[in-house]
Amino acid sequence: MILDVAVQGAQMLLVLFLAPLFTGFVRKVKARLLRRQGPPLIQPYRDLARLMRKDVVLADSASWLFRVIPYLIFAATWVAASLVPTFRTGLLFSWSADLIAIIALLGSGRFFLALAGLDVGTSFGGIGSSREVMIASLAEPAMIMIVFTLALIAGSTQLSTMAAFMASSEVGLRVSLGLALVALMMVAIAENGRIPVDNPATHLELTMVHEAMVLEYSGRHLALIELSASLKLILYVSVIACLFAPWGLASSGAGLPTLAVGIAAYAGKLAIGGFLLAVFETSIAKMRVFRVPEFLGAALMLGLLATLLRFVSGSF
Amino acid sequence: MTLTIVLVCAVVLLVFAPVAVALGRSSAATRLVYGACMLTSAVSLTAAMAHLLCAGVPESITLPVGVPWLGAHLRIDSLSAFFLVVVDLGAMSASLFALGYGQHETAPERVLPFYPAFLAAMTLVVLADDAFTYLLSWEFMSLTSWAMVMAHHRVPENVRAGYVYLVMASFGTLALLLAFGLLAGPDGLYAFAQMRAAHPSAALGALALILALIGAGSKAGLVPLHVWLPLAHPAAPSHVSALMSGVMTKVAVYGFVRIVFDLAGGPAWWWSIVVLAFAGVTTVMGVLYALMQHDLKRLLAYHTVENIGIIFIGLGLALAFKAHGMLFAAALAFTAALLHVFNHSLFKSLLFFGAGAVLTATGERDMEHLGGLIHRMPQTAFVFLVGCVAISALPPLNGFVSEWLTFQAILLSPQIPSWGLKLLVPAVGALLALSAALAAACFVKVYGVAFLGRPRTPAAEGATEVDSFSLAAMMLLASLCLLAGILPGLFIDALAPVSSALIGAHMPVQGGTQWLSIVPIAASRSSYDGLLVFLFMIISGTLAAFAIHRLASDRLRRAPAWDCGYPDASPATQYSAMSFAQPIRRVFGTVVFRAREEGFMPPPGDTRPARLTVELRDPIWDAIYAPIIVGIGFAADRLNRLQFLTIRQFLSLVFGALVILLLVLAIWT
Amino acid sequence: MNGIDFDIAHLLAGSLVLISFLELYQDRLYSLLNIYAVHALVLAASVAWQAFIQDAPHLYVTAGIALVFKAIVIPVALHRIIVRLGIHREIEKAVGVGPAMLAGIGLVALSMVVMLRVTQDADPLAREDLAFALSVVLLGLLMMVTRRNAVSQVVGFMSLENGLVLAATGAKGMPLVVEISVAFSILIAFIVVGIFLFRIRERFDTVDVQVLDRFRGERR
Repeated sequence: MILDVAVQGAQMLLVLFLAPLFTGFVRKVKARLLRRQGPPLIQPYRDLARLMRKDVVLADSASWLFRVIPYLIFAATWVAASLVPTFRTGLLFSWSADLIAIIALLGSGRFFLALAGLDVGTSFGGIGSSREVMIASLAEPAMIMIVFTLALIAGSTQLSTMAAFMASSEVGLRVSLGLALVALMMVAIAENGRIPVDNPATHLELTMVHEAMVLEYSGRHLALIELSASLKLILYVSVIACLFAPWGLASSGAGLPTLAVGIAAYAGKLAIGGFLLAVFETSIAKMRVFRVPEFLGAALMLGLLATLLRFVSGSF
Repeated sequence: MTLTIVLVCAVVLLVFAPVAVALGRSSAATRLVYGACMLTSAVSLTAAMAHLLCAGVPESITLPVGVPWLGAHLRIDSLSAFFLVVVDLGAMSASLFALGYGQHETAPERVLPFYPAFLAAMTLVVLADDAFTYLLSWEFMSLTSWAMVMAHHRVPENVRAGYVYLVMASFGTLALLLAFGLLAGPDGLYAFAQMRAAHPSAALGALALILALIGAGSKAGLVPLHVWLPLAHPAAPSHVSALMSGVMTKVAVYGFVRIVFDLAGGPAWWWSIVVLAFAGVTTVMGVLYALMQHDLKRLLAYHTVENIGIIFIGLGLALAFKAHGMLFAAALAFTAALLHVFNHSLFKSLLFFGAGAVLTATGERDMEHLGGLIHRMPQTAFVFLVGCVAISALPPLNGFVSEWLTFQAILLSPQIPSWGLKLLVPAVGALLALSAALAAACFVKVYGVAFLGRPRTPAAEGATEVDSFSLAAMMLLASLCLLAGILPGLFIDALAPVSSALIGAHMPVQGGTQWLSIVPIAASRSSYDGLLVFLFMIISGTLAAFAIHRLASDRLRRAPAWDCGYPDASPATQYSAMSFAQPIRRVFGTVVFRAREEGFMPPPGDTRPARLTVELRDPIWDAIYAPIIVGIGFAADRLNRLQFLTIRQFLSLVFGALVILLLVLAIWT
Repeated sequence: MNGIDFDIAHLLAGSLVLISFLELYQDRLYSLLNIYAVHALVLAASVAWQAFIQDAPHLYVTAGIALVFKAIVIPVALHRIIVRLGIHREIEKAVGVGPAMLAGIGLVALSMVVMLRVTQDADPLAREDLAFALSVVLLGLLMMVTRRNAVSQVVGFMSLENGLVLAATGAKGMPLVVEISVAFSILIAFIVVGIFLFRIRERFDTVDVQVLDRFRGERR
């Protein structure tokens, strides 16, 4: 019991502290691939600390909602990230929110972020919010279809149960799993605003979606929003890792050595995932905004196909 | 006992209708009538809740009014009790809202007499236990709401709305009449108890399903019979709109459930395919229509169409499971649908009340003329935000719970052996997920354009907070939304008797689960704990705020908006509703609505303004209603010639009819 | 039949369907040809795997033909042709990506329903592979219907033919598979040459080679 509570607490703190490191790692690998030196790995931590200490400069037309939203987004994203098994399945509170609830929590975060974009009453915020909801209107159904496929294979929507099932030998190499993996990677790219859907490093309004919504934020509010974005990225990588690469995941009731192996395996998976993400982002160009619905529509179709195959026959 | 209390309340409401006529236009009359309605609904609500929660036995009574050999049968069982709770809760909150809102009504004598009659009619529909009482109350409900739609009859679009409403309501009643006639059979067994015992054949049951779908579906708002809804609901005063959208559509759902689940016998395997197909289309079309609107109330009316689609998806799944004998799964789907009935009545009424408050404060219904209301109407803005979050199905509020339960029901469907359902259910699941995401997009638009940003017109700038009665009604509904989201187990357990009565099974008892979570099937399979999610979010949010404010900085200063260095003082440069919806309009609207955008840029030196024209075509009106209207007009023109025949031709018509009847008699006997 | 063999065969057949969808999604001719090359590659892998588990060595020859001819020779040749014809730009579609993919899903559902109902008592591995193969055939036909460009229609035809080969290898004991594959490949070659000739005729109103020489400026 004590161990369970400690593991859950460690999980929550682990994702919180690893998130900026992961973002720094991806940036470093991208820079190296472009033959630049790149910022140090701990630069995101420095950025967050610097932002936290600065004053908040609030627009005259901003409301109380604008000030509360960064905390709401952070709360929703952190709660969602704490429920994803990273080094051990069977988290203490895993039964309180299954994968559908986790996606819906991220959806709440996105809802409030889009509201923040419209709050100050500028056209930049509007452009960010309208594009974000267009992307979300296709990414979220695609994600739900992927959840359906995985739930029909694993027999449950609880993320811990699904991870345990995937780690066991009962799952074979299924077609729908392959389709779901491709669709999940496409959705993860869209939801986290990476190239080719959105450029996380730009500040040109024609190319930005996420940055446009948070244009008016400063100081500690901006720090929280950036932290939430890093948390969301690490959440998606953890979900892909625990469902499609579950090796090394400690099962519940395991002793300390197995947990240490689990943590090491998780670190390895994060490193590989970050490296692949950086390579993918460097090798492809950003899509035009109205190619994104086609991209996400393809992900939705793949998810729908995978679910359809599961409905049609148990061996797909 | 419960039945007598509820009947007495209904009679009291009916009595108040002529009283309201007598009292005339005074503001005291408004207060009196609405106050009386509120108290009566509260009493009726308590009685119905007691019956539902204590799993009371069905009571029936036969009054010697109406058709001589039939009388008026009235009955309260668990299904009626549940829908009575929905009706009375909506009525109570609408009456509370109207205590404040009704003071601003310009034509109270056109609304006040019909309002109590409307409430009484809805109560009687839910209580009716024979076809005659049912249809009489149904028509009475349509007529009283029509009268309130026509309250502001000088506005031409209200007149058109009333006309379309009347035509569609009559059509729906015709379908229901035929359905009841078929179920009553040649012996004229009009009482529901007799219909239940009669066990209709498969063909009869199928016809009853189709007719019930048409009749009840048109009142509920199923596509393609929804066309009256976005015209009529906005035309009525806001508290009446809330009742029509939030409660009357649910009474229509009650009619469907009563006919299909109770009276028409065991479902055949293909019934659910029809229901699911229409429900899936309704869900997506409703939200797509809503995204293209910028009139607040019309947008909310289209959203009602979408949510009715979600309810019918649940009902269709319940039919599918029941037809294949999977009663446990049927109970899950059925409970999900009924829970959504309850949730939707809560947050739709809340949103309509908010729209009414905005209308009172600014005089505007069009979002393009609003903006910045969060500063001027802070409490209304807060409760409206709660309503927006609830309807977008976001945790920890109640919209998410019913949608989650529907998804769990969809995940049980691969066990159904029917091929049609195996292909249809994933598609319907995708449509449901798509509509949920689009609904969130739509409500970001509504809240962001109307309440956030800067005011676009002087009307929006001069808005003030509304009176405390309206606020009290909205707060009541908002807190119920939160309660239903945090403690959904209570509501699921309350629905167990309804599910047992109609399906034959009910969901596992949620009372004993750990930390008040809900477990729809089995703990190993899925569970959700709204309370814990809510608490976690509050704790982590406050912890973060506290830690940052203590350890980092809590300084704040105001400055003009950054806007990338080019701030524009004019509020016309911020995003409007049409511009916000443009990406989605381009992705979905070009296919569904044949949306075309045309910009006109004047050449340099020309003083004309630039103009952007967006053209949308309603595909259902163009494909179904316009040809029917043209056809009817054509036929009417042709038949009009019968008016201008000579005397000889009239006589030959009569003579010919007589000869034909005699021939039929000769040949047939 | 071993579970893992079953799963790998399924995975390869399913990947073929996935790649057919990716072909439907493509905008540009170059990437379409590259994806077709991957399609043929996966087909070769699938046929080789079937050869391994069915213990039928003649299927290795079919896999080899698919690999060499369809994954390497034809894409390279088509690359050269489209550069020479100057049409290596965007594909003009008759139907947009969204409706095409929706139609694709409907076709896959249709082929599942048909195949799994018709072959109720056949070997489970063969049944489901046949269902996938029929999906690939229908998706190839869909591609031919939704494109205006002749080269992309040829690619659709070739992926249709890949589906037929998949079906043929999936049904155990089908004779003359190798011969059929060679015949199909020759047919493809003739179609490609036919396109070339068609374009020449379009441009010069003749396929007379002497006229072409005159156009090139070489006096005879």
